[in-house]
Amino acid sequence: MTADTEQPLAPVSPLVRYAGRFAAVTRASGGAVRLAELPLLAQLSVRLDAKGPAAEAVRFALGLALPVEPDTVAFSDELAALWLGPDEWLVVGRPGSAAGLEERLRAAVAGEHAAVTDVSGQRTTVLVGGARARDLLAHGCPLDLHPRAFGPGRCAQTTLARAGVLLAGRDEHRPGYWLLTRSSFAGYVADWLLDAATEYVADATSIT
Amino acid sequence: MLLIPCPWCGPRDEAEFTYGGQAHVPYPRDPAALTDEEWARYLFFRDNPKGPHAERWCHTISCRRWFNVVRDTATNEVLAAYRIGEAGPVIS
Repeated sequence: MTADTEQPLAPVSPLVRYAGRFAAVTRASGGAVRLAELPLLAQLSVRLDAKGPAAEAVRFALGLALPVEPDTVAFSDELAALWLGPDEWLVVGRPGSAAGLEERLRAAVAGEHAAVTDVSGQRTTVLVGGARARDLLAHGCPLDLHPRAFGPGRCAQTTLARAGVLLAGRDEHRPGYWLLTRSSFAGYVADWLLDAATEYVADATSIT
Repeated sequence: MLLIPCPWCGPRDEAEFTYGGQAHVPYPRDPAALTDEEWARYLFFRDNPKGPHAERWCHTISCRRWFNVVRDTATNEVLAAYRIGEAGPVIS
């Protein structure tokens, strides 16, 4: 046994090998399409009765009310809470904060009928920004992504090129989308995004 | 392609949903008391109308809720969508 096998395994994000190609598209499109992985974000699945005491407890613990309107996101400085269903949310935080968040949330809902699960490894996040971000996603997404229908603070679980994704509009100051995709689909979704982006790149050979 | 109005998420592409057959088929009050024929009728016999048909759909890819849809089987027009437990619309 060598020494390095005894080291604890460092987490590796699913799209770590795509960083160079994402950066190349961003450069070659002159920023019209910005692609970047936001690796290893803390993600917690929270399931509880939105009308019950557990929802109040979570609001106090996070300083953030879980959104009850379907397909909306609530933001605080550190966190985002995405509506996934009438009794299900995804709380997203900075990398490395999952264990602490899980502990805080579990303590808050202790004794209530609720579930808090660290699902950070389930999905990875791709930032899709730039002036043509909406056109890029529209190539494979059946949703109406016009800001009138899907602006900042909206989220939706839908399909992108037939892969299930969770899409969220960023806030007003930074237009674009967060695209959360299952780790096992991440390579496929990344390849699809890179292929769809060739249209917005002056010299497509520069990104392959 | 149908555009199905999920009672939670709003209108979404049919590909996001799973079909669940005819709605409002009550589970027998006392299944053990049924004859084989009555049990078979409960399990396998469904309406097959040409026109409005109440059926169950699940928004599998998104909120994962089951709900009911009234769809015209002749035109594929979706006439109503309502949550489980809510009363269905009166459609003449």
